[in-house]
Amino acid sequence: MIPPQFEYFAPTTLPEALTLMRTYGSEAKLLSGGQSLIPLMKLRLATPAYLIDINRIPGLDHLQERNGVLSIGALTREADLERSELVRAKYPIVCDTAMVIGDPLVRNLATIGGNLAHADPANDHPATMLALGAEIVATGLDGERTIPATEFFTDFFTTALRPDEILTDIRIPAPPAGSGGAYVKLKRKVGDFAVVGVAAQVTIDATGICARAGIGLTNVGPTPLQGHSAEAFLQGKRLDQDCIKRAAQLAAEAARPEADLRGSVEYKRDMVRVLTTRALTRALERAGGQVA
Amino acid sequence: MTLKTSPEVGGMGHAVKRKEDPRFIRGQGTYVDDIELPGMLYLDIVRSPYAHATIKNIDAAKALAMPGVLEVITGVTLAKYNLHWMPTLMSDMQMVLPVEKVMYQAQEVAAVLATDRYTAADGVTAVDVTYEPLPVVVDPFKALEPGAPVLRTDKPGKTDNRIFHWEVGDKAATDRAFRDAAVTVKEDIYIPRIHVSSIETCGCVAQFNRVSGQLTVWMTTQAPHAVRTVFALVAGHVGLAEHKIRIISPDIGGGFGGKVPVYPGYVIAVAAAVLTGKPIKWIEDRMENLQADSFARDYHITAELAARQDGKLTALRIKTLADHGYTDAAANPSKFPAGLFHICTGSYDFQAAHVEVDGVYTNKPPGGIAYRCSFRVTEAVHTIERMVDIMAHELQIDPAEFRKKNFIQPERFPYTSVLGWEYDSGNYGAALDLAMHKIGYAELRQEQAEKRQRGELMGIGISSFTEIVGAGPSKHFDILGLKMFDSCEIRIHPTGKAMARFGTKSQGQGHETTYAQIIAEELGIPVADIQVEEGDTDTAPYGLGTYASRSTATAGAAASIASRKIRDKARKIAAHLLEASEEDLEWEPGKFYVKGSPERAKTIQEITFAAYTNHPQGMEAGLEAVSYYDPPNLTFPFGSYICVVDIDKGTGEVKIRRFVAVDDCGNIINPMIVEGQIHGGLTMGLAPALFEEISYDAQGNIQQGSFMDYLLPTAMETPKWETDKTCTPSPHHPLGAKGIGESATVGAPAAIANAVVDALWHLGVRHIDIPITPEKVWQCLRARGVTE
Amino acid sequence: MATHRIRVTVNGSIREAEVEPRLLFVHFLRDVLRLTGTHIGCDTTHCGACTVLLDGKPIKSCTLFAVQTDGRDVLTVEGLEQDGQLHPIQEGFWQEHGLQCGFCTPGMLMTGYALLQHNPAPTEHEIRWAISGNLCRCTGYVNIVKAVQYAAEKVRQGEAS
Repeated sequence: MIPPQFEYFAPTTLPEALTLMRTYGSEAKLLSGGQSLIPLMKLRLATPAYLIDINRIPGLDHLQERNGVLSIGALTREADLERSELVRAKYPIVCDTAMVIGDPLVRNLATIGGNLAHADPANDHPATMLALGAEIVATGLDGERTIPATEFFTDFFTTALRPDEILTDIRIPAPPAGSGGAYVKLKRKVGDFAVVGVAAQVTIDATGICARAGIGLTNVGPTPLQGHSAEAFLQGKRLDQDCIKRAAQLAAEAARPEADLRGSVEYKRDMVRVLTTRALTRALERAGGQVA
Repeated sequence: MTLKTSPEVGGMGHAVKRKEDPRFIRGQGTYVDDIELPGMLYLDIVRSPYAHATIKNIDAAKALAMPGVLEVITGVTLAKYNLHWMPTLMSDMQMVLPVEKVMYQAQEVAAVLATDRYTAADGVTAVDVTYEPLPVVVDPFKALEPGAPVLRTDKPGKTDNRIFHWEVGDKAATDRAFRDAAVTVKEDIYIPRIHVSSIETCGCVAQFNRVSGQLTVWMTTQAPHAVRTVFALVAGHVGLAEHKIRIISPDIGGGFGGKVPVYPGYVIAVAAAVLTGKPIKWIEDRMENLQADSFARDYHITAELAARQDGKLTALRIKTLADHGYTDAAANPSKFPAGLFHICTGSYDFQAAHVEVDGVYTNKPPGGIAYRCSFRVTEAVHTIERMVDIMAHELQIDPAEFRKKNFIQPERFPYTSVLGWEYDSGNYGAALDLAMHKIGYAELRQEQAEKRQRGELMGIGISSFTEIVGAGPSKHFDILGLKMFDSCEIRIHPTGKAMARFGTKSQGQGHETTYAQIIAEELGIPVADIQVEEGDTDTAPYGLGTYASRSTATAGAAASIASRKIRDKARKIAAHLLEASEEDLEWEPGKFYVKGSPERAKTIQEITFAAYTNHPQGMEAGLEAVSYYDPPNLTFPFGSYICVVDIDKGTGEVKIRRFVAVDDCGNIINPMIVEGQIHGGLTMGLAPALFEEISYDAQGNIQQGSFMDYLLPTAMETPKWETDKTCTPSPHHPLGAKGIGESATVGAPAAIANAVVDALWHLGVRHIDIPITPEKVWQCLRARGVTE
Repeated sequence: MATHRIRVTVNGSIREAEVEPRLLFVHFLRDVLRLTGTHIGCDTTHCGACTVLLDGKPIKSCTLFAVQTDGRDVLTVEGLEQDGQLHPIQEGFWQEHGLQCGFCTPGMLMTGYALLQHNPAPTEHEIRWAISGNLCRCTGYVNIVKAVQYAAEKVRQGEAS
């Protein structure tokens, strides 16, 4: 319950933080919400010699839509996403996701940037970012670069961030008219990680045909998985019950779950099917459509 | 029950707001970890990663080199004082710190003493222990196979892993009844190991005064006097004498049986306090609490019921394998190694029954009854209520009708069961009828039939349980030889205010209020004028503590008896003051008055003042009494619970739509507190039914070692409990009260399990072991081709 | 190991101390400031017994370092009573029997208090949602919900008068 000793820095600018990261390299960890890192440190499973607290850096907690892009600062707290009128109205999938992370107390500190950068395959935002086709903005001492979410999650607890980069921003293209999304998470109780989670974002064109589908899967692989074949199948189709059923089947086949206390491989795989059906149905409803 | 006192006096039946709350709502409670003494040192414990291993070496050099680490205590240290082993509450032996080997994962191996909490934790990680793993025994069935490794090598001549064989009932008559039965059902029921996880973990602060030889221990214990006596017996040879041991239970953050055992941490802290002369604090963290402290359940049961074709039950036969962990530390009354499990004939009238329980050692932490179970009554009720439901469904008789047909009828009480219990009173049909009415049973069965046509899964489950509490009559009940009476000592001051001390110890049950209410009922002194104290062995009369729902039945009765002794003396004083004869006086709460002349009266306050200023010549001054109450029998609360569930065919999740609990605990002291006990108890019945389990892999590694995987329900998982009551007083208790603390935990799991199986019976499902996880339900469904 | 000087406002008073970076805020409150009303019930950030308000938001003080609170504003259970007057949330728990052993209670009080700050008329569902990060073993939550509802009503009445 007691973490080991470490040195602590609380930089007030990004360059300061980045310099510290370059100085201390792999012996340092960033502290944002701390709701994943501090529990690991208390169990002595994470033992950074240096902790760089980025909470004092201004300008990282914005939440605004501009020029057809929703820009979410990395330090935006999950509770703020949960309560944002803008997010609830136009990006409900993000609201769905935020509100099932941890519990309400954890959400007052936990940040979306931390949820993405920590890259625990059980974290919820990654699948949603895949479904939305979001972009991650990484800032280093040499400047910013943009990484598509689809290239961001490279391995178990590993992202495309370089050791001296900080995730500073998440950019989500504003969904066109006729869009809807939903995140559905099966969990054993409030506060638990997902047994399985499914993010579905669809756009239905004026003729009722699916113009785009994005499907992300939580906790059924070493990284969040994209349901490519399910997405491809839905594209260009009228989303009726059989269609959704088939897509859900394809998503289940794409899953690579491991057996653990949350469930057997068979159960988890079948839950991908069940949850994909529910997520797509809800997404379609929000898109203004109805399952025939 | 008619109220005999005014709300201002607050006797029986009043929903008096709790007297203990003012400090808790201000964060001014004093729990063990709140205590800080000058010069206090911190103890933290090195624990074994192995379930079974020889200790080859303990290297404390690195730890001792750390600034602030003062000492590392091992089994070798304690062995010098013969304190490395000590008796359990079941007269088996447990290790305090091992010398040769460890026998469960997370077992205490060494203790680090440091100047502060953080340094102690660092010290623990720096102690290097070399182990040589030994073969691990986790399966209790395998533990009994010939050739299984013998775990208790400390017991000379022991050649197996058996602890006890216990049986009760008439085997011949039972076997005959089964042979002759028209219908029998048999089922294997596993009730897994669970852990009570009170929000406060265990701990103590031990202080030894070298000059006076006085040991004071603030401790999370539900039974402070028993602990004091145990310490005196176990450590008498190192100079601890019982009159110089003071155990103080301060405010305790939940007990539920988990704070009855004497854990090694306490003993090590006491040893450290004696060795150093400094105050020692030991507070375990949650993972230590979950992984090492006393568990509950872990019963492998094979149960059978025999009945006539019309559904009249005739016989019950049960065989149980009890997994006790590495030693028997179950803290049952000593004559009953399987606790009160033989209440398993339940609310039903059987002609014959036979029960066998075999206890076995495994490489797991010890315990067995630490989760609000009334000494194995949860296991008994779960078994009989599941079996009754299976039989009812087999015979296609409505489960409510089946129960009513087989209930012990009200006119049969006091009723002696074929397993030897004399139930004091009961009216099972009335409770079930009320529950059925309240939930709308007939309409629900109709709805279920309609839903079933559409393929929707809805279930209704009943549990009509009989509890058995109030241990217990000295003839049969003792723990380590200490008879299970309990006590109350009342002293009334001249200005009419009272001080009452008890041998029990509340951990949230509200004794500061309810005991005051009993005294208020008997003496008419307002609750606000009665100070209740428990938990300090220097001042409280001897008692066996609070667990197994025994306090109202024993100490509550003692309060009543002691009050009546005071009232008897008060009558004499009143007669003296009124210049009347005692026989001419009538009593109403708060005053004596002359028959026929009610204006000639003396209030209790006038009498108490007179006890010090104007008592009759020849009478001792003062107004006090003590009662050590030996209950003539146990008490038998009961109830009927009905649970309605809807099952998600896609995920297998069980949603509790409604849960109605009708409880009968006889006469009620405080209905608000009783209802609160039921709410909490139901939630601790929900938890094992759907969420909680402690299991081990083949190497003895615990699978649910933290709250990450040991799943306590939050407010979102917990339904809105609906409660009601019937009232069938206990004929032998002075107040007609029975006790309520554990009824709901005992009765609820079966109601939930029965509801789920009821929802799935038509698909061919007969039984599902708790916890009924979504995956278990999903497996039942998919195996039968059912999807959403 | 370097210590850091922190200045944190706790229950309206500025408290200063030199702390190790690894000192958990709950230990700072309990062991340094001796405000023992905030409790510790687990080691994996699940139970919520350690809940306090940080800049008005309820958070788990066991999953926060004291150094992070420099310059910030904290309210603990000890700060609820003002000038000898209990806060309605405290009264609610007392009136509605929302506590038994009292160990989870400070955390529940702080979460309930915070809820009413931004939602003065919460539904039963909203209350259960808000306290879903606070575990209780004794009460089964029913009376805790009632306690918060009582407090909400009391606050509304207070504002009306």
